[in-house]
Amino acid sequence: MEQKKNILSVKNLSVSFKMYDKGLEQKDLKVISNLNISVQEGEILAIAGSSGSGKSLLASAILGILPNNASVDGIMTYCGMELTEELQKKLRGKEIALVPQSVAYLDPLMHVGSQVVGVRGTLEKMRTAFKRYELSKEVETMYPFQLSGGMARRILLSTAVIGDARLIVADEPTPGLSKEMAKDAMGHLRTLADEGRGIILITHDIDLAFEYADRVAVFYAGTTVETAPVEDFRNGPESLRHPYSKALWEALPQNGFKPIPGTQPYAGSLPEGCLFWPRCPVRTEACMKGEIPSRSLRGGEVCCIHAT
Amino acid sequence: MNTLKYLGSTLIRMLLLLFGVSIVCFFLIISSPIDPVDAYVGSESNISQEQKDVIAEHWGLNDPPVQRYITWLKNLLHGDMGDSIAFKKPVVQVLKERFVTSLVLMITAWVISGILGFILGILSGVFSGSVMDRIIKTFCFILSSTPAFWIGLLLLIVFSVNLGWFPVGFAVPVGKAAEDVTLLDRIYHLILPAFTLSITGVSNIALHTRQKIIDVMKSEYVLFAKARGETTWQVIKRHGLRNIAIPAITLQFASFSELFGGSVLAEQVFSYPGLGNAATTAGLKSDVPLLLGVALFSVLFVFAGNFIANLLYGILNPEIREGSEK
Repeated sequence: MEQKKNILSVKNLSVSFKMYDKGLEQKDLKVISNLNISVQEGEILAIAGSSGSGKSLLASAILGILPNNASVDGIMTYCGMELTEELQKKLRGKEIALVPQSVAYLDPLMHVGSQVVGVRGTLEKMRTAFKRYELSKEVETMYPFQLSGGMARRILLSTAVIGDARLIVADEPTPGLSKEMAKDAMGHLRTLADEGRGIILITHDIDLAFEYADRVAVFYAGTTVETAPVEDFRNGPESLRHPYSKALWEALPQNGFKPIPGTQPYAGSLPEGCLFWPRCPVRTEACMKGEIPSRSLRGGEVCCIHAT
Repeated sequence: MNTLKYLGSTLIRMLLLLFGVSIVCFFLIISSPIDPVDAYVGSESNISQEQKDVIAEHWGLNDPPVQRYITWLKNLLHGDMGDSIAFKKPVVQVLKERFVTSLVLMITAWVISGILGFILGILSGVFSGSVMDRIIKTFCFILSSTPAFWIGLLLLIVFSVNLGWFPVGFAVPVGKAAEDVTLLDRIYHLILPAFTLSITGVSNIALHTRQKIIDVMKSEYVLFAKARGETTWQVIKRHGLRNIAIPAITLQFASFSELFGGSVLAEQVFSYPGLGNAATTAGLKSDVPLLLGVALFSVLFVFAGNFIANLLYGILNPEIREGSEK
């Protein structure tokens, strides 16, 4: 089989925010640390993890639209080129596209047609995209508040296809949708991937991700604890590598709804060593200090010294 | 149908307001300690008490207050607002002359405050937290906590008295025949009063616009616009102006009351012969017909401003405009 081309790879990414602590003391709050992911063409990489694990920040970091008080460290490569700030500026809205969550991401006072065109598209391309998603011509002069949920979904998707994006970051594209509409939305993403694009799917809906994704990256407290082929998640805990992934799997309603004690640590009060050790059932002394590097294991990546 | 109903209820509300304001004003003025006859003849005159009584009788000052009010109201319904005691002219004529002068002043101040406030607000909001933002914010706070007439006095001292750049008062040069007065003369006399009057409005609109644009820049649709490759200026042009213009315009029309109130003070400081100045004169001379006329006129003026603001909001905001169609 021909080796598929890597569209995006993120190595040792960390994102921190400059915050004012007590008084005028400045401190850096690290919210993403040691994060590693990669997406190939034709692939959907699902990113799963609870709220506050840094999923949406990753999207902003890839697009280079983090707030001004954020600083980024680590290496991001896009199609073999280092993804610098200038490159991000050049590519976002064209080759790298964001598909946001809801109609709230559209200007409420602007016709959706001209919003889809944006500053980088053309009227013609917009019409082609609308045709692809069966949006009639009247929709062009509608305002966001006049759109139905399904129309809004397709309009947000057309903002991605209009620029011939090669990498699409879909940030929570399904919450609030009925099961049919969610499946429809995922189907559209699958088609976009099958046409050769790389897709990063940030989602809470793990079941849906298991159904449509190719690989799944599990986030915990701002880092990737495991990346594995989707089959491993379908198979169950014995195929998985990291104790947190196993716990996540077992916490799903259809798998017993079993919670593990404790909560995800907040940025600013992260434990030393492995971020998961305070809640880990198999922890040892060695887990509590030093950096735990990511390593390859059985066709996946894991950040755990005990994983087998 | 709905529009007719709206217009009808607005009209009724306006008439009720006029009625209420006229009653309150009337009884406030007649309880004023200033005797209109004394104010009319002046304290230095040697008119006898008998002659004063004749004047009072002629003006109907000895009738009971309710009867006087009803007489005034009856005449008003026939289109007669009475004669001004202070100016010895029909009130309608005084209002007309004075309003034209005031209107120029108020429109100038209104436009200056609107545009200047809007620009300052955008600059301050887009670069919020910067040195420029802090300067603009401080400037606005100082302006909004300073009475306009006091600023007017300062401007007068600095620019008219000390530097001599501008005239100390009036709308036209003193001692020049009316037909010789040029447009430039009028503008020259307008600058300081208009600037004074615009000052309170500036901070209001600037601070409001600042907050609004900060909200817009933090919004999800701006984040998405940036993700689609828009630069900061493109974001401001495409989304910022659009989203802050509606509240700013509404606010500016709704500020007619402050404008009118401010004009009373500003015109007094600069002896500018406008409506506000006439109101002060009428008050000081217990000129009931004129003061009532000015009060009613100001009600109409402010009411019109608010009404326009309401209408514009409906026209400009697509959610109201197109939402009601479907």
